[in-house]
Amino acid sequence: MIVKDIVNRFGLEVLSGKEGLDQKVMGGHCGDLLSEVMGNAPVGCVWLTVQGHQNIVAVATLREMAAVIITGGQTPDPETIQKADTENIPILLYPGLAFDLAGQLYEAGVKNMDT
Amino acid sequence: MTDLKKIFHVKGNDFTHAGEASVNIKNMLKSIGLDPKLIRRIGVCGYEGEMNMVMHGGDGTLSIEINTDKIILYLDDNGPGIEDLELAMKEGYSTAKDEYREMGFGAGMGLPNMKKNADEFTISSKVGRGTQVKMVFSLNH
Repeated sequence: MIVKDIVNRFGLEVLSGKEGLDQKVMGGHCGDLLSEVMGNAPVGCVWLTVQGHQNIVAVATLREMAAVIITGGQTPDPETIQKADTENIPILLYPGLAFDLAGQLYEAGVKNMDT
Repeated sequence: MTDLKKIFHVKGNDFTHAGEASVNIKNMLKSIGLDPKLIRRIGVCGYEGEMNMVMHGGDGTLSIEINTDKIILYLDDNGPGIEDLELAMKEGYSTAKDEYREMGFGAGMGLPNMKKNADEFTISSKVGRGTQVKMVFSLNH
């Protein structure tokens, strides 16, 4: 599954990093504490978070994530979108809660392998 | 023997550029073909250190030294220093301001994350003087 498949399947809005939409999705992670995410998010994952400030891009880049999905009706800062475009990290919007999307992603086959 | 040393300056409270030094280090290590798992460990340590300096440390430097048998990260800041190092190393303990906690920082996992990801971790700090961290990553695994 690639990021674009998730975008289409769940009707996510793409705010940045369009060039990263062909990235393979290799897992998922939910979290809003950046150190926890830095320590535990698997490589190639989609990261579900309510954080929208620009530092999420550094975390996503360092963990080599496939995409960041901002949930719960939150929106990213303009600087976040700009930075994510530079790093080719797709920032996607999901208006519902992380729990619901995580469940649907899991059912769709997004599961974590050993990292 | 040191093959390469690079120093990155980190500015306190500068969230615009926070994390950039670690991303630069990651790209540098990627270009020399280092094991991706090791790059991620070094990336976590660099990032946590950088964020600590941005949030608490005032200005400082994040340096990387690449040797034939190991890579060393150094953090050196002119910040307020850490009063109780043992407490600071405890997972969950944090002195971060509320505004940083709202951004998802200050979970008290930064220093423990660094210790966990480095092969050797040493920290020294003096109140009013600043904090120094040395993290060694062996290339002989």
